[in-house]
Amino acid sequence: MRHGTGEYTRWSIAIAVVFVAAMFPVLWIVSLSFKTPATVGDGRLIPKKWTFDNYKGLFSGGFDSPLLRPLINSILIALIATVIAVALASLAAYAIARLDFPGKALVLGGALAVSMFPPISVVGPLFDMWRTLGLYDTYPGLIIPYLTFALPLAIYILVAFFREIPWDLEEAAQVDGATPFQAFRRIIFPLAAPGVFTAAILVFIFAWNDFVFAISLTSSNASRTVPAAIAFFTGESQFTSPTGNIAAAAVLVTVPIIVFVLIFQRRIVAGLTAGAVKG
Amino acid sequence: MSSTAATDVVPGTAPSGKGKLTEKTRAERKLGLMLCAPAVVMMLLVTAYPIVYAIILSLQKKDLRFPAEGGFVGLSNYITVLGSSLWWQSVFNTAFITVISVAIELVIGMAVALIMHRAIFGRGLVRTSVLIPYGIVTVVAAFAWFYAFDPGSGFVNHLPLIADNKAWFGGRFSSFAVIIMAEVWKTTPFMALLLLAGLATIDESLYEAARVDGASAWQRFTRITLPLLKPALLVALLFRTLDAFRVFDSIFIMTKGAQNTESVSIVGYQQLLSRLNLGLGSAVSVLIFLIVLLIAFAFVKGFGTTVPKGGGQED
Repeated sequence: MRHGTGEYTRWSIAIAVVFVAAMFPVLWIVSLSFKTPATVGDGRLIPKKWTFDNYKGLFSGGFDSPLLRPLINSILIALIATVIAVALASLAAYAIARLDFPGKALVLGGALAVSMFPPISVVGPLFDMWRTLGLYDTYPGLIIPYLTFALPLAIYILVAFFREIPWDLEEAAQVDGATPFQAFRRIIFPLAAPGVFTAAILVFIFAWNDFVFAISLTSSNASRTVPAAIAFFTGESQFTSPTGNIAAAAVLVTVPIIVFVLIFQRRIVAGLTAGAVKG
Repeated sequence: MSSTAATDVVPGTAPSGKGKLTEKTRAERKLGLMLCAPAVVMMLLVTAYPIVYAIILSLQKKDLRFPAEGGFVGLSNYITVLGSSLWWQSVFNTAFITVISVAIELVIGMAVALIMHRAIFGRGLVRTSVLIPYGIVTVVAAFAWFYAFDPGSGFVNHLPLIADNKAWFGGRFSSFAVIIMAEVWKTTPFMALLLLAGLATIDESLYEAARVDGASAWQRFTRITLPLLKPALLVALLFRTLDAFRVFDSIFIMTKGAQNTESVSIVGYQQLLSRLNLGLGSAVSVLIFLIVLLIAFAFVKGFGTTVPKGGGQED
């Protein structure tokens, strides 16, 4: 196909618009995180005076610092929820994709229903139940709802991936004398791993992103995750606004996810679209 | 985990297997149910059980600040909620934010999807930059937009044509504007990617044929793209509508519900966790649940069979 220069210009403009629109708010918060309290209101994208104080402030005081503990909580809670959710979802998705049993459609329908469920509708009962059970303000208190709400997504993605796997190969390997475990390890696992990994990334992003449960089911830095901690930041004194600190914390919680997203963009796109469109 | 699953599972290879077909079928059924059980139990435990509990709570007077009072009060919590202007205002606010943001997302999402699909260069760049809002924590996105529009720290008021001292969060509809912008920015990528996946399934030769027949770009879009994109469009719209209806994080960060900007989720949160009124709060929760059911039902009913069933077809 031939493309005129006019067409190139049009596409360049379109792409530039998308790029700037996607990046600008991020750049703004990065810029704020490096500004001193005196220049925070100057409206300039490039800070006039650079400072790392906003970042240092987040970690001053070691374990009692505003951000260190929430950051550790976020990482651990999201990781544990991801591992368990993907494990449970793999079992279910394997069964759905591969085995014939009654209730298959019901499981998938139920998962779809859960994915549409409004979290705020269960926050009150969970708050009450967790206080009775001693799960309020603990890791499991957040991990359990996260893995529940992540399961539908993971199941849909994995069913879509598992359906594409040529399972006959497994049997063929066994006919050739491989043990079931060898057949699984050598043949099926390498084929299934990318799908499992894709599901894991999306579940992790989901857990990392949650706010409603994080502010409702925690009360202290013992289990508060970063999004909740940021929302409750106060300035170092009554007279300083925590803008710079919040911006710095926002950057810190965003950078790992952006790196993640950039590295695994293909998988993320595949995962998002596999569950929803292939159906 | 999956290793144990698969090794135990392979039909007909278990050492004790007798190899009879009926027994094999039965074993397969049992295994299928067993493998699904943990996930199903987990989902029931955190959604079905609590929603039943919420219904029970909503019929009681239960306020954690006044633990002595209590007891069954019938529908009086619902009457209180449904009789309050706060609730109806929040329903209006939520519907307003949902409709406007999903409509904007649909248009922009479609444009971005077409750019990703048709661009003669730079597709990777667009896809990467579109994924960045998707990956960002909603709270962070909310702060980014809040600070952009905040007169104290923002750049928006430094832009030409905008008054220096405009207090965006001092008025109801200017607050909505920023909240909607933040929502649209954060979630359009999801819409765009689903639509892109839909576009990829359309046979390119249809466009060639239409071009040969002299159809304009707009005709090709409305006569070929839109009809064939319907399934993907509906899935994207359903998910985004339900998701937008839950709007919470952005409002909590930007206005905390001030200037009459509460969404239903904010009202529920305030009743349940700020006022600790579990009875009234649960009535709000149940009502939100019912509205979501209604929206889902309307989509499925109104648009027919295109909502993903997943389990239906054979491999």
